[in-house]
Amino acid sequence: MEETSAQQAHVHAPPEGFLRKYVFSLDHKVIGKQYYALALLAVSMGMALSWLMRFHLVWPTTRIPGLELISKAGAPGGIITPEYYLSLLTMHGTLMVFFVLTNAPFAAFGNFFLPIQIGAEDMAFPRFNMMSFWTTLAAFLVLILAFVIPDGPPISGWTSYAPLSAVGKDAGPGMGWGMNLWAISIAIFCIGSLLGALNFIATTLDLRAKGMTLMRMPICTWAWFITSCIALLAFAVLLPACILLILDRTAGTSFFIPSGLVVSDRLQPHSGGSPLLWQHLFWFFGHPEVYIAILPSMGIVSHILINSMRKPLLSARVIIYSMMSIGFLSWMVWGHHMFVSGMNPFSSLLFSFPTLTITIPATIMTMIWMGSLYGANIRINAASLFALGFISMFVSGGVSGFFLAQPSIDIVLHATYFVVGHFHMVMGVASIFGVFAGTYFWFGKMTGRMMNETLGQLHFWLTFIGTYCIFMPFHYLGLVGNVRRYSAFVNDYTGPLLPLHKFITIAALCTGAAQLIFIFNLIYSRYKGAPAPENPWNGTTLEWSIPSPPPWNNFGGKHPVIYHDPYQYDVKGSKGDYIMQDSPEPSAG
Amino acid sequence: MSSTIYEPVRTPPPASRDSTASGARVAKVLSGAGEASQSGIWVGIFAITMSFAAFTSALFVRQGSAADWTHIALPPILYGNTLALLLSSATLQMARRALAAVPSAEPHAVRMGLGWLMATLALGFVFVAGQFEAWRQLAAQGLYLATNPNSSFYYVLTAMHGLHVLAGIVALVLVMGRIVASGAAFRKSTFEATATYWHFMGVLWLYLLLVLRTKL
Repeated sequence: MEETSAQQAHVHAPPEGFLRKYVFSLDHKVIGKQYYALALLAVSMGMALSWLMRFHLVWPTTRIPGLELISKAGAPGGIITPEYYLSLLTMHGTLMVFFVLTNAPFAAFGNFFLPIQIGAEDMAFPRFNMMSFWTTLAAFLVLILAFVIPDGPPISGWTSYAPLSAVGKDAGPGMGWGMNLWAISIAIFCIGSLLGALNFIATTLDLRAKGMTLMRMPICTWAWFITSCIALLAFAVLLPACILLILDRTAGTSFFIPSGLVVSDRLQPHSGGSPLLWQHLFWFFGHPEVYIAILPSMGIVSHILINSMRKPLLSARVIIYSMMSIGFLSWMVWGHHMFVSGMNPFSSLLFSFPTLTITIPATIMTMIWMGSLYGANIRINAASLFALGFISMFVSGGVSGFFLAQPSIDIVLHATYFVVGHFHMVMGVASIFGVFAGTYFWFGKMTGRMMNETLGQLHFWLTFIGTYCIFMPFHYLGLVGNVRRYSAFVNDYTGPLLPLHKFITIAALCTGAAQLIFIFNLIYSRYKGAPAPENPWNGTTLEWSIPSPPPWNNFGGKHPVIYHDPYQYDVKGSKGDYIMQDSPEPSAG
Repeated sequence: MSSTIYEPVRTPPPASRDSTASGARVAKVLSGAGEASQSGIWVGIFAITMSFAAFTSALFVRQGSAADWTHIALPPILYGNTLALLLSSATLQMARRALAAVPSAEPHAVRMGLGWLMATLALGFVFVAGQFEAWRQLAAQGLYLATNPNSSFYYVLTAMHGLHVLAGIVALVLVMGRIVASGAAFRKSTFEATATYWHFMGVLWLYLLLVLRTKL
């Protein structure tokens, strides 16, 4: 443990020089922004890939100009081959799940705000923190390297099921070095995430300010803390899985490849491995990963809703306990991804039960949000709209989970667009709504300038309507048997579904274009936005007690003392209807 | 009325608002909060345990998945290596004991501590070299990484553990460098965290040895 503590790192003068300040910074705020920027880059790429896929699905013979420059083999003459379609969806899924949904709500906002919200000067191990970002960036670069190598990106999907992911280039284009790069990238990503999670946990346990008991931490701090506990265990399992996969691919071992496997007319020189083993290891990580993506957004949304309603939730404690129980249950449900994998059918039953049990804490949380909103005089702005949108998406996407959790129904729905619609809404869009809400809420604190409110609300309505238009019809497509991962549906039984696919594609293109408003707003507000006051939303938590943007040591060398629970709204304080956490004035009653 | 949704504060808020107080770490005033490097190392140990649990469960699943599981005889040198690693934990404890007295009895205690740390380091190297020798002996029998599932797991588990021990060696060297550079003023928390990690390496190895012996 070669590491200096936060206290020591900051005993010295503030960092000087461009490199230390902005590039190899030890400051958790800069690192948080770096994570955010990386997520922004990854989400732009991931969205561009989904545009290409949607376009190809409905206009399979239309030339996409310039695409042949990216991959001559994958898109000869600008027309995507079925294999390249699979490459695109693999990269889309990998970029989105790892580099967007893990990075943005958890690593980016968590890094920036967790130390501030608990009253710390920095993370517990600033050097590890810097390392975890640069490791994650390395993972990203290794992954996108797959686009430029001759082999091309892998075609295995983001889950990379063995044995095809393990046998090498016999399995198709991109399954040689492309797949190697994927496995190496994810292994590196695991290391970065483990370092990050370790840092989050140690920081939360040990660097809280005087008076900041665990139960006085804001809900989003709790969410990041619980998420880091999940991430610590999940990535600790994915890393060995990736190591074994890399060995199968490069060293001739047979962990995942069974005997007598013939791929591309070639008997594979392996024996005795278990393809199901990969699925078990992968989903033991993969299901908790879903909660790594969604829990931070739940925390952010609760934090913002309370501030916008100007009153506490019915029970913040129960929200925290629900997040804990979701985190706990996430370890018992991985098999529900494998109902039709050839696993013992009796195990399906065992996995189905805890899966359905998860709906209990999820429903409790939703009920608390809805019940608190009932009769509340909520302040409508871009941040609170996206927070409300999160609840809508979470419920709409979550309800289809009831169906998928039943093994007998899943036999029909598995690997159809129903599943794709389900996880895009509940994990993808909902989590991203949390990120949007957090961005509109905290941008002023992060940069010192407020985002444009009108553009923000316009962005919300276009995105909200757009994402429903895209993903609601997915459920219908799945119910009528439209299988996922097919690259075209021209002449088979799915032909009549083409008009609906066209509608979805147009909605996707429009919703994607609406994100340009957000990008413009980010860049414009960064330089031309109204200067952000210290506490623009009349918030109570510690991030609102310091200047915007915060100085390099957060609290200007002072150590805040905490006197209150985090959400003292709807009370009579000297500043209005709220009392800050670090204000010594007594709360009424 | 109180609209707080949390429990009412039972303990009165800290009376002192002395916000400039100290370079002492703020959180220390909290009951139950400790040294970040100690919690950091325990969290790390937890993650490493999880990783090895994953490797072990992969071993169990793989054993049951096909009939190609064959017995391999462990190279006897492993027991010597085990002894070296356990001894290194003992010498590290001696170093801790010596260094615990540092502020009062400086030069002598620092020298004693450094000596025991040197012994720990040497035993660590003996362990790693011994593990390497065990690999060579297996290879001499024609057992390589990809020969059969048992040898695969043998190499993977020992290599992963060896990498972690090497990381511990690097940490020990850095800690010793600190002690040499700053004498009595070295930071104990880093040393203590390294010690915890090193002991864990021994415990992890005992577990792995048990798995290798009973399963391979």
